[in-house]
Amino acid sequence: MNHDSYPDAYIRSILQGVRTVAIVGASINPARPSFIVVKYLAERGYEVIGVNPGLAGGTIAGCPVVARLADVGKPVDMVEIFRNSEAAGPVVDEALALEPKPRVIWMQLSVRNDEAAARAEAAGVQVVMNRCPKIEYGRLSGEIGWQGVNSRILSARKPQLSGKGFQKLTIDSRR
Amino acid sequence: MADQQPGFSTLAIHAGAAPDAATGARATPIYQTTSFVFDDVDHAASLFGLQAFGNIYSRIGNPTNAVLEERVAALEGGTAALAVASGHAAEFLTFHALMQPGDEFVAATKLYGGSINQFNHSYKNFGWSVRWADSDDPATFEAAITERTKAIFVESIANPGGVIVDIAAIAEIARRHRIPLIVDNTMASPYLIRPFEHGADIVVHSATKFLGGHGNSIGGIIVDGGTFNWAGDERYPMLSKPRPEYGGMVLGETFGNFAFAIACRVLGLRDLGPALSPFNAFMLLTGIETLPLRMQRHSDNALSVAEHLQAHEAISWVSYPGLRTDRYHNLAARYCPKGAGAVFTFGLKGGYDAGVRLVSNLRLFSHLANIGDTRSLVIHPASTTHRQLTDEQRTVAGAGPEVVRISVGLEDKEDLIADLDQALAAA
Repeated sequence: MNHDSYPDAYIRSILQGVRTVAIVGASINPARPSFIVVKYLAERGYEVIGVNPGLAGGTIAGCPVVARLADVGKPVDMVEIFRNSEAAGPVVDEALALEPKPRVIWMQLSVRNDEAAARAEAAGVQVVMNRCPKIEYGRLSGEIGWQGVNSRILSARKPQLSGKGFQKLTIDSRR
Repeated sequence: MADQQPGFSTLAIHAGAAPDAATGARATPIYQTTSFVFDDVDHAASLFGLQAFGNIYSRIGNPTNAVLEERVAALEGGTAALAVASGHAAEFLTFHALMQPGDEFVAATKLYGGSINQFNHSYKNFGWSVRWADSDDPATFEAAITERTKAIFVESIANPGGVIVDIAAIAEIARRHRIPLIVDNTMASPYLIRPFEHGADIVVHSATKFLGGHGNSIGGIIVDGGTFNWAGDERYPMLSKPRPEYGGMVLGETFGNFAFAIACRVLGLRDLGPALSPFNAFMLLTGIETLPLRMQRHSDNALSVAEHLQAHEAISWVSYPGLRTDRYHNLAARYCPKGAGAVFTFGLKGGYDAGVRLVSNLRLFSHLANIGDTRSLVIHPASTTHRQLTDEQRTVAGAGPEVVRISVGLEDKEDLIADLDQALAAA
């Protein structure tokens, strides 16, 4: 996988295919992306578990927090990493040691570790780097267009409302 | 493998738009509403805290405006855009996001007179200082940069017409000094020139002109190129520092490569308020659908008119880069091979008085202060748009006493040439 740019179909299949997401480096500070992503994904129906030793036993946006990835206690579909690029390496190895392995390892905006990505891909795990899942979901659903952002999606088909309140779209294929 | 990029004409019609999710309406609805209902208090808090995408209040964002924003961002090849009340507002909010009191920026002398006035006068109230440089000589930009310089500003095709700026050369200087290059792309439109391809970081438009194209709605756009690294750059606190307005959020961190457009919206537009009416946004984006067709016809007509004037006995010179003999022809061939745009100037042998007489005698050209309409337009800058400048500033800006500026429209070129001939004969 070329990690400089991802086809929309790759990102969409990942976001549609995962349900349980562990977020390493999750924060309780509502101004940080590591909080906002927890909340945004939970509101879109993902089961989110925060991983942060300093907040273990508490909750973030209503989602449980554990100290380490190994403490999650159930299979995790996707591990998202909010650490710097160098620290991401050991986190990837922790994720690869999980039983079963996650299907996806996702590194947040500005986080990129090509060696760790190669190890994950060699183990059959899909990798996304230097992306924010909230921004990608916003792009693919069309929601991000409300903020004037170039979603790079062109379609003559209606976006799918989520049906759960105003101003929520989904990344389901447009009919 | 990256996704295939649609062509320019396809983007001009479709980017940012989709059938309305609630009704299936195909044309973009005009959301003529001030406010938007929340699901509940948590939803409201998320929106105010920039944790969810959505609309709150039309000063800050509106779904009709959003289509225009995404449309122009896509056409320019940028990451995001912000629609505001006017081109002047676009400039103002751009500098508001970049400048603190005591800061400086370097601007080309060859600019629209309104920009010159804004920079020379109104910006003094905020303690922002402009230093002028000659866009024909990139080294003058280098010489004007100090440790307080926060940006460089040029026009791609410069007012009053006939000047092509070597964007890449100036972008290189900006890059070496790690300051953003702002390009006002109004006169070219992204059909002729896409400044991000040449190293610009921010593009601004008076959408009033060629984007809207029909002279009916005033508007401005700021486009984020997504290329400047704001994170951790203390010179740009609006983007790099925890913002007290948003609980300590760092916009440059949260919004990645579209943080600049977001900062202009959630800080400048929110607090200063030059919002674009959704109705105007609708008019502008309807006009944009035909941008490629219009810009090509504008350029082809302008070349025909320029060639005719160049041979006319009452005309001392014509400044149009489409002419092979023009000093900017080589730059035009490089930057805007499709055409040199619609706006150019020429000099009348009869000087100031001949200029005034010409604008009085034309019957098909409209005498008014605008460019980029389907209708052909004429103005004598020395007595109007550049009147508040000094003689020296006018000359430097290319608006001396004998100069007439026309914006060639989409009429049949034979009719335009006939009108100019009769008006020149009567003068």
